[in-house]
Amino acid sequence: MIDLAPLWLTAELALITTVILLVVSVPLCYWLAFTKFKFKSVVEAIVSLPLVLPPSVLGFYLLVAFSPQNAFGEFLDQYFDVRLVFSFEGLIIASVIYSLPFMVHPIQAGLKNLPASLREASFTLGKSKFTTLTKILLPNIKSSILTGIVLTFAHTIGEFGVVLMIGGSIPNETRVASIAIYDEVQAMNYEAANLYAGILFVFTFLILLGVYLINNTFSKANPLNND
Amino acid sequence: MIKFYAHKTLQTADGKLPLDVSFSVEKGQFITIYGNSGAGKTTILRILAGLTDTEKSLIEVEGECWNNTDKKIILPIQKRSVGFVFQDYALFPNLTVRENLAFALQKGNDKNIVNELLELMELQSLQNSKPQHLSGGQKQRVALARAIVRKPKILLLDEPLSALDDEMRFKLQDYILKAHQHYQLTTILVSHHLPEIFKLSTHVILLNKGNIIKEGTPSFVFSEEKISSKFKLTGEIIAIEKSDVIYIVSVLSGSNIIKVIATEDEIMELKVGVKVLVASKAFNPMIQKIG
Repeated sequence: MIDLAPLWLTAELALITTVILLVVSVPLCYWLAFTKFKFKSVVEAIVSLPLVLPPSVLGFYLLVAFSPQNAFGEFLDQYFDVRLVFSFEGLIIASVIYSLPFMVHPIQAGLKNLPASLREASFTLGKSKFTTLTKILLPNIKSSILTGIVLTFAHTIGEFGVVLMIGGSIPNETRVASIAIYDEVQAMNYEAANLYAGILFVFTFLILLGVYLINNTFSKANPLNND
Repeated sequence: MIKFYAHKTLQTADGKLPLDVSFSVEKGQFITIYGNSGAGKTTILRILAGLTDTEKSLIEVEGECWNNTDKKIILPIQKRSVGFVFQDYALFPNLTVRENLAFALQKGNDKNIVNELLELMELQSLQNSKPQHLSGGQKQRVALARAIVRKPKILLLDEPLSALDDEMRFKLQDYILKAHQHYQLTTILVSHHLPEIFKLSTHVILLNKGNIIKEGTPSFVFSEEKISSKFKLTGEIIAIEKSDVIYIVSVLSGSNIIKVIATEDEIMELKVGVKVLVASKAFNPMIQKIG
């Protein structure tokens, strides 16, 4: 029987990352979609970096930053007693950064594609930005939010390079499924590798299938497309 | 009383255009802003509602300062007592008709206003429908009702009827008048439609390339002054036919077609589609180009 711990760890990491990103991304997307800030493009470029940067580059810099031998890592170690290198917490932070564009892009596009008059109408009815966002804007971009959630979740499951650099392969701590597959192959234990790989393959396929099915029904029912 | 002054450089298809407008509106008036597209009509409404910023502006509504760029005062949109009816209606697709209206309620507002407006706009039977199931005219009524829920000091209507056919237009003009009178609103309408302007408004501001070129009562603004006449009506030419030495001009006014005799000199300026004023002075109806 294979060790199920890497699979659970992967699911846990993906879930926590998705929840954190959802909370962080909604205000960030609102700002990105509607700000007139001069250097908005710079922020957008930074958010999108993980899309094109090799995961090992990101992993390397995070490793350097989190290392207790450097200023930031030392600060965390001394004042908060937190070590982010080779720990599950470190993996979460790395995943949040690495999957950021997958949550931000769909939600930002969803907000931008809504007619500007919806937001303006809500303002002229005396509603704050927060009420407008939660009661009007977000309910009208449900399919974008769902896409963001699923892409983030699936992308975190598929993470390898960043995890390898910053987490290593500590059982029950940082040894997620993708790392476990690599380890098993290294140990010429193909059967276990095959099992992990097969489970990931089927699981991610089902997630994506679910999204497309739901989104297709959504877009048929989407009032904004019927006008 | 509304005092409005604004200066803003507009970016139009023909390059930059300075909008520089100053006017005042008495409480309870129904005024229309009329002008070619790109003259800055919608921008004026948006500035008043706080949706568009200006380079220089001074807006005072019933003694309350809304904009004063010299003192760097810009009242937030939410604090301005306006009802805005957008050209695309901007109904919230996730809410039903009733919820769209109820969304506009503020803390401490009497909730009965929602029922009252549903009744006034004859929307009771549609109150649980989502906006996407409504016709254009129905959406328009919902948008109008929603804009009035807060009992705003000013009602702003941005070409609200432009997407509707004539029959629907007439009906909705009545709804607008009803709401304007019932809630004693000060209403500012942007419209292109002359019969509508004559029917609804007491005062017209004629805007051209960012400046006010004429203002006053509709018949003053849209006619060459100084015709003393027994009757006047406006309409659009739908046909000009030659009959011996004279011409017969058919004018569509509202839903009536009026035939007017004109001489060759008189029809020089006229052609199908031109807006005209038909006035009778003593016995002869006279016909003239306007607008």
